[in-house]
Amino acid sequence: MFKILEKKQLNASVTSIKFEAPFIAKKVMPGQFVIVRIDEKGERIPLTVSNFDRQEGSVTVVVQAIGFTTKKLVALETGDSVLDLVGPLGKPTEFGMPKKAIVIGGGVGCAIAYPQAKALYNIGVDVTVISGFRSKDIVIYEEEFKAVSNKLYITTDDGSYGQKGFVTEVLDKLLKEDNYDLVIAIGPVMMMKFVSKVTKPYGIKTIVSLNPIMIDGTGMCGGCRVNVGGQTKFACVDGPDFDGHSVDFDELVRRNGFYKNEEEHKCRLGDKTNG
Amino acid sequence: MADMSPDKVKMPEQDPLVRNKNFFEVSKGYTPEMAVNEANRCLNCKNKPCVSGCPVNVKIPDFIAKICEGDFLGAYETVKETNTLPAVCGRVCPQETQCEGKCVRGIKGESVAIGRLERFVADYYMEHGKTKELNIQKNNKKVAIIGAGPSGLTCASDLAKLGYDVTVFEAFHTPGGVLIYGIPEFRLPKKIVEKEIKELENLGVKIMTDMVIGKVLSIDEIIEMGFDAVFIGSGAGLPMFMGIEGEGSVGVYSANEFLTRINLMKAYLDDYDTPIKRSKSVAVVGGGNVAMDSARSAKRLGAENVYIIYRRGEEELPARKEEIHHAKEEEIEFKFLCNPKRIIADENGCVKGIECIRMQLGEPDASGRRRPIEIDNSEFVIDVDAVIMAIGTTPNPLILSTTEGLEGNKRGCLVVDENMKTTKEAVYAGGDAATGAATVILAMGAGKTAAKSIDEYLKNK
Repeated sequence: MFKILEKKQLNASVTSIKFEAPFIAKKVMPGQFVIVRIDEKGERIPLTVSNFDRQEGSVTVVVQAIGFTTKKLVALETGDSVLDLVGPLGKPTEFGMPKKAIVIGGGVGCAIAYPQAKALYNIGVDVTVISGFRSKDIVIYEEEFKAVSNKLYITTDDGSYGQKGFVTEVLDKLLKEDNYDLVIAIGPVMMMKFVSKVTKPYGIKTIVSLNPIMIDGTGMCGGCRVNVGGQTKFACVDGPDFDGHSVDFDELVRRNGFYKNEEEHKCRLGDKTNG
Repeated sequence: MADMSPDKVKMPEQDPLVRNKNFFEVSKGYTPEMAVNEANRCLNCKNKPCVSGCPVNVKIPDFIAKICEGDFLGAYETVKETNTLPAVCGRVCPQETQCEGKCVRGIKGESVAIGRLERFVADYYMEHGKTKELNIQKNNKKVAIIGAGPSGLTCASDLAKLGYDVTVFEAFHTPGGVLIYGIPEFRLPKKIVEKEIKELENLGVKIMTDMVIGKVLSIDEIIEMGFDAVFIGSGAGLPMFMGIEGEGSVGVYSANEFLTRINLMKAYLDDYDTPIKRSKSVAVVGGGNVAMDSARSAKRLGAENVYIIYRRGEEELPARKEEIHHAKEEEIEFKFLCNPKRIIADENGCVKGIECIRMQLGEPDASGRRRPIEIDNSEFVIDVDAVIMAIGTTPNPLILSTTEGLEGNKRGCLVVDENMKTTKEAVYAGGDAATGAATVILAMGAGKTAAKSIDEYLKNK
């Protein structure tokens, strides 16, 4: 059993949950993920670690309640427990030795981009953060990003906060004006796809963090396979970070939608049982 | 005088067309009367070829003799002396190539049904036996076992009986390894596996789940924690794919994913949260036990047509005879001498067919089996909405890549000597992690050998 030490609502659909997990906290690095199973009949879902405290023995994940299990998870309260928490899984992010980096977060992806920005900033890299949201009411991690970046740009699709438009527009402008040697993009698959498209002509190393369907997370089931440069890779052991210029994003989008009908069915059942 | 009937006593089974719609066990097991009748077919021959055919050397004629006497619990004790998981082995061992393959009765007629008898005594014990208070002299030495599958559980059991303090680290949330995630309920009820594991816990073995070794702890850290020796039985790893066009389409699974959803996550039961697609027509590529399990599971999920696509002929199928027989009875359609060329997807990227080419058999290859060769211009398409790849696995890299001093071979398997010792001091390995994908019983045999080696190593240390 893994106890919830703290739960914070970040916006209407995004919640931060801190678990007591001393073994994992000791080892986890930015870019790695955990697998959570809530109860005996629960499914295993991967969640990227957004923060950790080795002293306290805790790891924090940020969850967007969109599916059956994520809704069940955010319904838990501080003091409640989940049955299983497995990790740290996947490879830590390999930054190399950049001088000037852009870290891009899209929506809930900002929570996962944050430890990356923090890690880079702490080793003296010049960090520019671009964080994108649909609208003002769902903006998260503004203060956190400010503390670990040299420059922060916030975009909203509807212009209700920061600059109106997409993260790619800001990115394009930055790349035209200055030289960067690393871009990290974490967020919706389509955002990562277009970020990679923008950086490609500049030949800038672009790391994306993928979130395919996964069961065991240890390299057994192959559910999380992605096509990277024409090769089959497993996000759980080879990733979850990959070279954005080599990933077949369209295949990933299609495969991620595989259980949509089953998921909707479960959600309706869930709504019914919740009254 | 032995009963000279040429045939085994028939195993009561669920009707094929009923059972292919449910996940209950196919074979119902012998009654005591059937068991005694079958046991009487054993000649109790002097040189006991069956025992040498068993990777864990169960004293087969001895336990069968006890069944003849009606001493079923005594028979169980005899099996249990060398076999940690009799209820499992009785169900899933490829007896025809092991004990039963060597049985003298098999020369004229059918061999003695050793597997069925083993299962009978194990099931009888589970229903009627009592856990014995074991008086184990603890030796205060600690051994860590990585992986709670067949090899790890066997190694743990043998070492615990010798007085070692044993802790098993398991990556999944449930111990059992392939017995839990791989082999389906209708062939090996999970209750049976749970009971066998309970037996192990009664021996004092501790099992820690959710521990992915190589990630949360390294082998060296485990040794630093005070363990005197380590056995790695981490099992098979990454599923293989063919590398053909369309394999990234929606509706293509590895057998591991498909079976894990069903067996470990119980996705076929409505009250479990893990989803599974119920496909109409399913192609399973491969001819081993995993392919049979996948095909029969797909049928039980409601598929109208399930095809096994295998590039060699029926004779070459590596699966257990009984599984092939059961699959056929359950209306699984075998496409022998066929090999997939590409998977065809619709405009949404979902599988709508699999294009195969016909094969013929040429000269024997390195495996001793005749090599399949493509017949030109013989391509044809089977309409399916799901494809399951059951063509094997490659070892999991997690431990090898994070442990200094541990050597792997070209295929990524851990290198071990005949005593299951790795290239690293105090570290032993066995099962699929060392051999590549093989059977439950071979993994158990390796676990046994390793336990013996570890005992010798620690006694002399």
